[in-house]
Order: sequence, then structure tokens, then C-alpha cells
Amino acid sequence: MTSHVQTSSARSSASTRRNPWRWRPDQQWEAYLFLLPSLLGFVVFVALPVVISLLLSFADWNLLTSPEWVGWANYRQLLMRDPVFWRVVRNTAYFMVAIVPLQLLLGLMLATALNQAIRGALIYRVIYFMPVVTTIVAGAIVFGFLLNRDFGIISQWIWWLGRATGLPIAPPDFLNSTTWSKPAVVLLTLWKNTGFTMVIYLAALQGVPQELYDAAEVDGASYWQRFLRVTVPLISPTTFFLLIIQMIGAFQLFTEAYTMTRGGPAQSTLTVVYYIYQNAFEFGRMGKASAVAWFLFIFIFLFTLLQTQMQRRWVYYETES
Amino acid sequence: MTTTTIEPSTKPSVELGTPGQARGQLTPLARIAVHILLIIGSFLVLLPFLVMLLVSLMPKEVILTREFDWQLISLRNYFEIFEVVPFGRFYWNSLFVAISTTLIQIITASLAAFAFARLRFRGRDALFLVYLATLMIPFQVTMIPNFILIRYLSWYDTYQALILPSAFSVFSTFLMRQYFMGVPLDLDEAARMDGAGSLRIWAQVIMPLAGPVLATLAIFNFQASWNDFLWPLVITNSQNMRTIPVGLSSFQGEFNTEWHLLMTGSVIALLPILIVYIIGQNWFVRGIAFSGMGGR
Repeated sequence: MTSHVQTSSARSSASTRRNPWRWRPDQQWEAYLFLLPSLLGFVVFVALPVVISLLLSFADWNLLTSPEWVGWANYRQLLMRDPVFWRVVRNTAYFMVAIVPLQLLLGLMLATALNQAIRGALIYRVIYFMPVVTTIVAGAIVFGFLLNRDFGIISQWIWWLGRATGLPIAPPDFLNSTTWSKPAVVLLTLWKNTGFTMVIYLAALQGVPQELYDAAEVDGASYWQRFLRVTVPLISPTTFFLLIIQMIGAFQLFTEAYTMTRGGPAQSTLTVVYYIYQNAFEFGRMGKASAVAWFLFIFIFLFTLLQTQMQRRWVYYETES
Repeated sequence: MTTTTIEPSTKPSVELGTPGQARGQLTPLARIAVHILLIIGSFLVLLPFLVMLLVSLMPKEVILTREFDWQLISLRNYFEIFEVVPFGRFYWNSLFVAISTTLIQIITASLAAFAFARLRFRGRDALFLVYLATLMIPFQVTMIPNFILIRYLSWYDTYQALILPSAFSVFSTFLMRQYFMGVPLDLDEAARMDGAGSLRIWAQVIMPLAGPVLATLAIFNFQASWNDFLWPLVITNSQNMRTIPVGLSSFQGEFNTEWHLLMTGSVIALLPILIVYIIGQNWFVRGIAFSGMGGR
């Protein structure tokens, strides 16, 4: 963090001598040569596809016959006459509401625990981060096994809990139940991503100045008061950042649902991205799929905007005071 | 040289200090409680890995009879699976695609970032803004036109199709440009004084100083490419072109009740990346946390 100050002063001293933002004719062609490989890839695989995707969303095309311009029909149909679209939006909202808060909470708890002066903190970090580098497909396979009603360990635990407490508890058939398929996907996602949240929080916690804790302690603040009044506000920029990242991640949920339940049973784990995939590559409706993709963009854009507006109420930036 | 001129207020710095810095002293009792909770948590996180490994070492029947015995452990499933599924080929595909994607990305992005950060040309700011604007757009939007383009070029089910669309990263360009902006301009000027051209400055002044950011980006991109699922799923269909995640997934669809083989396949799929992770865990954690925001 200290290097910010040094480098910006070094840059400003250089820029007084020569304004780096003015163009120089002798660097014009040179610069384009440097840019060329990147620009070529950018235009072909990013910029043009964005334009084409937008055009496609106003067309009907199955890749076999020639595309047909249909105006707003794809969008209108999705909004007015497509119950499946609303189902996938609801499912995605469910995943977002279930996954994001739980992940923030679990990540913060783990990070707080690891931030204490305890032995073996490094080993814990290695373990908790392990699923992050894991291929989701393998995770989905093993969770399918763990949740299996006949021999899965998690089901065994639920049986055991039922017997121990005497309550009528029986494990559901997670992956074949329309109610329990979603929690199963949530479980996989939490296992996979909590390590990431934890590491980001850990870095934030280590950036909180010790003096503030000392001062609070002198004032007689208890551990919880210190946590709620010092830690939580000071790491709120990180919470905000993670919130945005994970909301975007939840909007884009696909692989977990595809590998674990293939979107089922009865479309109960079909997500927005899954619906794009289905329309484009299973039903051959490129136009409709593109329209769903643009809805996805609009959702993400609006949610990010909303959060950015709301952050003023709860995110604390030290630089402002 | 850990300079990144990313706005410090909105993006967390991911400099992990020594784990275990004290934040108020814990009483011995609290310390034990924390350990117990962390151990339970570790067990839950490790459970899927352990179950996977254990089942992969057991004969098929054990899963149903549940008569577990240490003497049953054998590598039989591993020999069996290599006869049914070409995991060697999947490994090679994943490795080749991940390395090529990462290399092309690092080279093209650093060249472009150098132009954006160091050279003065007309339209620079406008072009950079266009780059930035596309960062907001999710991959799913461009996926369909890219698919159509790949088919039009007759690249469907080829390495080009797996590598090229993800080899030009706006995010990497952005991150490197930010980093290059933090390198003092005096270094360039001194080099120019000595008669170095731009290419030489890129190769011998800027790039050597960008070691940390190159390493984190390389690790992040390699890992992202290795684990990528949606694009390889869409753009390949022959067994020979499958990468590990997609190969494992189609194997899952085919053998969905052969648990002993599914678990063996999962272990095989995970082993290389987990070994690399455990060896270089600090770099991995930093690389993924540092660039995680742009990677999805």
C-alpha cells in the first residue's frame, strides 16, 4: 500500500516534464503494431460478437435456414408468454439469495478464526482453499454420491440424527426431489467457493490497523463490540466487493446445475445461463438464446448499479474521513 | 515492487501477511474452541476428497454391501478406467489448451497494455474505454456469436476453437496496464536515452519488472482454462477433443451408476491440479484471489 504514494509521486514528476497523455506522431504506428494482436482478437472474439449477439436477439435463426428478422418478438415472448423463462429467473434468484449471504457469512467466520494467532493457520488455509482449484465436475459427482439416499454419508447422518433425537426425520432423495435439488446445488457451490471468500476476507482483516483494536480495548469494548464496531465497518468495502462478485457469479450459475442435476428434476435447477445453453445448443434457437443472454446482462447491470447506489449507506471508506 | 494502481478503496489488496497475526489474545479455552471448529470445518471440506479416494480404491461390490475392509484396497479401478476412457488424451488436451491460452494471453495482453500505458497515439483513451466497456458484458452474451463464427470457419471440434476465443483477455490487458502505469517513467526514458526502442523497453525494462503480476495472471488463467467447462462443452463433440472437465462430465452421463469408476475418474481428474496447488499454494491463493474478479 505504501508503494502507491511513491509511484504516484514518481509519475507526477515525470509528467510535468512531458505530458504522457499527448500523442506523438512517431509513436503512432508503433503503438498500433503493439496493439495489433490484442486488437485483432478483441474485435473478432469480443467486440463483433457483442454486436452480432445484439442483432441476433432480434432475429430467429436455427443455423440451418437463413436468419429472419423478428423485431422485439423474442423479448416479448420471453416476458409475456414463456413460463419457463420466469421459472429459470426464479430459480436463479433462489440460488442468489441462498448462496451469497451464506457464503459471505461462512467466509467471514473462517477468515476471523484464521486471523487469530493459532497454530497451523497455513494448513487450514490450504485445506479450505482446496475446492476452489477443484474441477466442479468432480465435486458434483462426489456430492451426488454423498447425497445418495441409499448409501450416501450425508443421508446416513440424517438417518442417524432422526434415530438419535426420536424425531421423524428421513433424508430426502436430494437429486430427484424438486424441493431438495436446489439445496443440493447450493451445498456444492458453498463447498466450492467459500475458500475464495475466506481468502479475500483474510486479506482485508489483516489490513485493519491494530491501533484501532487497542484503542477500543482501552475504552472497554468487549470482543463482540470490537468485532461489530471496528472490524465489520472497516472491512465493508471488501464485503461490498464480494457481494458484487458473488451476485454476478450466482447469476451465471451453470456448471454446478448442469453436472449435478442436468437442470432437473422438472426444471427445478434450471438457471438463466442453463436456459441460454438449452435454447442455443439443444433447441437451436439462436435468436431466443441471445435475447435471454441480453436479459442476463441487463439483470447483472441493474443489480450492480443498485448495489453501487446502496453502498453509500453501509460501506465505509477510510479515505473519505 | 507490489505496485498496483487499482483504486485502493474498492478492490482489496491481496497481500497475505503471515497467517496468525494476533488480533487480541485468545484465552486458552477460546483457542481450543477455535481449533475444534476449524478441524470440524476442515473435515467437512476434505470429506468429498476422502470419500472419492476411498471409493476409487475399493472393488465395486463394497459400495452396496458396505463391508469395508482395508485389505480390499487395490488400484484395480484405475487400470479398468484407462481401458474405457482416454484420460491420457484428456490430460494432454487440457494441458495443451491451458498452456497455449495462457501464453497467448500474456503476450498479447502485455503488448497491448504496454501501448496503453507507455506509448502516445491518437485514439488511445477512446480505445481503452471501449476495452473497459466490454468487461461488463458476461461471456454468455458473446458465446453464441463465437460459436457461429467457429462453425463458419470450420473450426468446430479443434484446438483453435478451444484456445483462441479465450486467448484475448480484456481483463488481463486492463490489469497489466494498471501495473505498468505504476512503473516509473524515468526507467523508459533512461532506456530511450541509451538508444533502446519500444520493443526493447517492453522486453527488457517493463516485463522483467512485471514478474509478480505476470505470475499471478498466468496462474489464474491457467487454472481458469484448465477448469473451464461451458465453452469446451459447446465447441467440442468428439472424445479426442475433450478437456478433463468435459470428458469427465460425459463419462458421468455414460456410467452414472458405476460409482467406483466415477470416483476413480474424479480422482484422476483432480490429481494433477491438486498436486500443483499444494506445491505452489501461496502463488495459487494469491493468483486466484488477485484476479478472481475478472475470471468468470
